Amino acid sequence: MSGAPGSGSLPTAYLTPGSSSFSEFVAAHVPEMLPRSRRLPAGALEAPHGTTIVSVAYTGGVLLAGDRRATMGNLIANRDMEKVFAADEFSAVGIAGTAGLAIELVRLFQVELEHYEKIEGALMSLEGKANRLASMIRSNLGMAMQGLSVVPLFAGYDLELERGRIFSYDVTGGCYEEHDHHTIGSGSLFARGSLKKLFRRDLDADSALRVSLEALWDAADDDSATGGPDLGRRIWPTVALVDAQGVRFVPDEQVASVVEAIVNERRGNPGGAR
Amino acid sequence: MSQMPFYVSPEQLMKDRADFARKGIARGRSVVVLTYADGILFVAENHSRTLHKVSEIYDRIGFAAVGKYNEFENLRVAGVRYADLRGYSYDRTDVTARGLANAYAQTLGTVFTQESKPYEVEIVVAEVGRTPEGDQIYRLTYDGSVADERAYVAMGGAAEAIEEGLGAGWSEGMDLASALTLAVSQLAKDQAGGPDRVLGPDQLEVAVLDRHRPRRTFRRIVGAALANLLGDLVASARVDGGASDADATGSAKATEVHANPGDSPRQTATNPQTQRPNQDDAHHGDADDHDAADVHGTDS
Repeated sequence: MSGAPGSGSLPTAYLTPGSSSFSEFVAAHVPEMLPRSRRLPAGALEAPHGTTIVSVAYTGGVLLAGDRRATMGNLIANRDMEKVFAADEFSAVGIAGTAGLAIELVRLFQVELEHYEKIEGALMSLEGKANRLASMIRSNLGMAMQGLSVVPLFAGYDLELERGRIFSYDVTGGCYEEHDHHTIGSGSLFARGSLKKLFRRDLDADSALRVSLEALWDAADDDSATGGPDLGRRIWPTVALVDAQGVRFVPDEQVASVVEAIVNERRGNPGGAR
Repeated sequence: MSQMPFYVSPEQLMKDRADFARKGIARGRSVVVLTYADGILFVAENHSRTLHKVSEIYDRIGFAAVGKYNEFENLRVAGVRYADLRGYSYDRTDVTARGLANAYAQTLGTVFTQESKPYEVEIVVAEVGRTPEGDQIYRLTYDGSVADERAYVAMGGAAEAIEEGLGAGWSEGMDLASALTLAVSQLAKDQAGGPDRVLGPDQLEVAVLDRHRPRRTFRRIVGAALANLLGDLVASARVDGGASDADATGSAKATEVHANPGDSPRQTATNPQTQRPNQDDAHHGDADDHDAADVHGTDS
């Protein structure tokens, strides 16, 4: 049975009734396309790593922001990489860990959600999405054991509960709901400390943007793998907002103005004491 | 009762199968697919809100079918799998209606000659282009034949009569409201010669592939937006003026649909490769074909 599209009639597997999951369909039909079925040779290798992602819940939505740096050992592998993606209309995912695998995983996750939506004619519930992502991480455990781990941070707007929610993961596919805010990646400790002091329950989208950019600044201040805002190259963190209207990315100009304000305030006051 | 004949000529066999499939298809309610200024419009007479005759296959590709539900649903799911797998392994721009129509044609042709019973379905695969010239509509019949249609197609029971009516009323660059008016007025004709029926929003399934939307162009028109557009139809039917009368109010109504709050806003940014097109364009200056239709475009 040929799987090559365009080579003739649709393979039998396409016409066989089955689940509405894209990854299950691919696993049964062309397993070599999924990372889980690849066998890795023994040995360690160095691959670009993505770093810090922060997520902050605010009134009416949730924010997901990431720096733009990918590192490989002591080197900067990429300075303008995107690590925050819209997963579908009402959710976004940020990635830390092995960049190549993480991006592949996000692509698969995006298709998974869209595929379900088209086949079923309905949106998947937010928990359903979070669980699908968990099972994808779990299936990557073999690679994680060899050092190629991927840890995402998932944020979405729950249309039933009418609020933003945050889900974190561990390498074994454990999925945990986080409240208020969460951070992942190498700079996450510093970002979390910053958020603990700056987070308030009644933040609006603009203050959440400010708070998360300060957290990323604090992470970059102490973690060499987290990229700070690059004023010279005009490279700014990626910030996605998810609310009842869906996912949207904050335009660069708006991020730039907030970052520049932070830079000015921190002049002579590097820790941002207030 | 009677014995199986020892020999059936291939002509007779094919004719019997074709007659069987045609009868099955003719029993169903009709579906109309036609182009309008901003894309491709699908109108189906469908009393069910959940069992769809019209659906999304991919970013710019839609699907419409008549006939046996389980058979065309099977083909629809196969089409979504085909498109998603192809888009995942290549790129989203590499999924084309032509490729899908070919795959469907092969499948239908094989089933027609080899299975014990042909599929009793007729389907349309349509792809909306960047410009009206780029619109593609493929009509596939039960035996696997493909026709590349221009402008409009009707399928189902009274397809020929409806196509005749569409041919008389269709013109290039119609707006959404007048295209819908035309389609519904043709679907509403009683083929037995009685007075026209009145088709309300509850009896219609309407969707468009809107060429001006970023990424996923498929959108269902339901509820208030549909009632709004159909309001024109009722009004113009009373004046007995047909499509042309609806034009003046039609364009205003059509723009309202875009702003309808029930209409889900889709973002360009749902794919790592196509994320944030306007900023990518500004940074790298590569005019990504995929995002060229984005209204926010390259002005930044």
